[in-house]
Amino acid sequence: MQSLVIVAHGSHLNPGSSAPTYDHADTVRATGAFDEVRTGFWKEEPHFREVLRTVEGDEIYVVPLFVSEGYFTEQVIPRELRLDGWDVSEWDSDGLSADQAALVAEDVDREVHYCGPVGTHRAMTDVIVRRAESVTGDPDVGEGFGLAVVGHGTERNENSAKAIEYHADRIAERDRFDEVKALYMDEEPEVDDLPEFFESDDVVLVPLFIADGYHTQEDIPEDVGLCEDHTEGYDVPTEVDGTRIWYAGAVGTEPLMADVILERAADAGADLGTALDDVRETTRVATGD
Amino acid sequence: MAEPASDPADAARDGAPEVPEIDLPSDTFDAVLDALAERDPGDPLRFEGFSVARADEGDGESAPDEYVLADGDRPSRLSERELHEALDERAPAVTDWYAFERVVGEFGPRRAFLRWLEDADGATVATRYAALAEGVERAWGELRITATVTDRGERRYDVRHADDAGVSVDELDSYDDPLDARELVTFDEKGRYRPLKTAPTLAGGWVFPDLGPRDAYETVETIYPATVANWHREREGELDVTHWRETMERQSGIYGVIKTWDRGEGHEHVNWVAEACCDDSQCLKRREWQYDDETDLDVDGGDGVFPCREPCSVVVSAARKWTRLESEQPRTYEFELTPSEKEQVEEIIDAVADGRIDEIREADTKEGANRYRTRFLRAKLFDDEGNLGGVPTDPDEEDGDDADEDDADEDDEE
Ligand code: SF4
Repeated sequence: MQSLVIVAHGSHLNPGSSAPTYDHADTVRATGAFDEVRTGFWKEEPHFREVLRTVEGDEIYVVPLFVSEGYFTEQVIPRELRLDGWDVSEWDSDGLSADQAALVAEDVDREVHYCGPVGTHRAMTDVIVRRAESVTGDPDVGEGFGLAVVGHGTERNENSAKAIEYHADRIAERDRFDEVKALYMDEEPEVDDLPEFFESDDVVLVPLFIADGYHTQEDIPEDVGLCEDHTEGYDVPTEVDGTRIWYAGAVGTEPLMADVILERAADAGADLGTALDDVRETTRVATGD
Repeated sequence: MAEPASDPADAARDGAPEVPEIDLPSDTFDAVLDALAERDPGDPLRFEGFSVARADEGDGESAPDEYVLADGDRPSRLSERELHEALDERAPAVTDWYAFERVVGEFGPRRAFLRWLEDADGATVATRYAALAEGVERAWGELRITATVTDRGERRYDVRHADDAGVSVDELDSYDDPLDARELVTFDEKGRYRPLKTAPTLAGGWVFPDLGPRDAYETVETIYPATVANWHREREGELDVTHWRETMERQSGIYGVIKTWDRGEGHEHVNWVAEACCDDSQCLKRREWQYDDETDLDVDGGDGVFPCREPCSVVVSAARKWTRLESEQPRTYEFELTPSEKEQVEEIIDAVADGRIDEIREADTKEGANRYRTRFLRAKLFDDEGNLGGVPTDPDEEDGDDADEDDADEDDEE
């Protein structure tokens, strides 16, 4: 019996934090690729500590719904899941290349495939592009547009910046957008000065975050100048210093994220049948308005 | 027609509820045949009160479509058609086997929970079916779960808020997908977010009126995650309790500081945490964790049916805050209060701590925590800086109000 466990941060304060996790779990569930799909959280229930005991299957894939390798994926999740013998070297990663480690979870005395985070998977690049399509309502968006991928800088986590750059580079290589830039919240080049970094009149701003919350709904909109105060709200697009900014909100809410979750499990050996194609198709329909 | 009273397991006595009439569904009969086909001839499949095996011709060969039924009397040899009749007469026991072996399945927590709902490990099939015919009710946190049986021996479950017991299904919002319960648990009756799923603030007004066994289990697990799994471990004598000290020593990052709150000077602070957060009025789990292996807390763990095996994330987050607050040294402040004002301060604290402020009527000035009374107190006792009695919090500093610089971090993702 093949089981998928999606682990995410969750929140004590923000009721919407778990919504993307549930949505993507439902999308994966609908493919029928797994006999069961469960979700576990750091700040909600079931907690990381207890989620595995709710799992029936013997072939367990754990996919962290986090944007980069770092404190949560390297320390907190393995510790709380009680992965016996975990050491970050199991992933043998340069900060971007974690794929999976098969370890026994002491809690249930079963082996689990502990996968790398969704945010560093190559398929995440497509989700960022899809997010730009969703927010502009244009499946061919690119020409005449700049794209800014935004995240924390190295101050918080060295790998966070690596993930941002990785996807920005990959999108740039596709020659789809006129310009692609990686911008940061707490270091240069800072997202606050976005118009200075782009020549294009239109720029899509995609924050590499899993869920909408403090950073994506308050911090970035205010820093970028979409609004004085987040409680006022903002339009999409909003013109700031002559640049029309199409603010996309957290990329993690994009339905195609379910595809990255599946890719992670597939890389770790899960048998998915046609689920990958199915998800690419259904999430396209869902956003193709 | 099958006469239920002919069931040898029928224990129905005068006055006891009647065992309902059950028709053996053909898929149930087929499942029995399949189960027999997987067994060697002579290897019996056991039901309550009798067993059935494929007929054994000696030397391990089976006689095709010949079966042996043993029920304490002399075993009888039956054709497939006769077996069907015999099982139909014993439909309660056969459908009971099917319900648990084929529908519910092996997974420990699910099986134990669904068996517990109808006391399947204590009562006979006849007693249970008679009870199920009327509806067997169980409480789980704030839930009321009612198990029934159809005339085909299938279990059906009604899951709703205990406050809605007895309300007709038409008057409630009806659901059939267990995952819909995720929305029902997100907000309390006043629309406030519920960070702790086992807080006794589940809103009512909904019902899952007709669930099968697996969905009933999933619904309960969605409303109260992992409670069944932990309850099951506890029943098996395998609950892994992690006490306060161990839990706090494990914390890292912004929570690493909590371990410094344990200074080897007793555990009174943890009593206060448990009294604040884990009391039955705040959380329906029965707290099983203590200060450490050797030191029990002095406050009651509660009466909940499902256990709490370690301090939860809400408690850990609050403990981080208290660790910082409790590192402050007490000071002596001097205020002047009338006796009634002192009592009023106490009443305000009580009202907030017990979540009663919404119950206090606008014009009920007998209540110390009444809004007008409280506004009057503020108007009289606070100076322009909001200092009680005009006494600054920090006599050396102008503004003793230090901002919460890291509240964003608390809930931050990465
Ligand atoms: S630690 Fe306390 S508040 Fe948290 S789940 Fe356990 S009993 Fe409830």
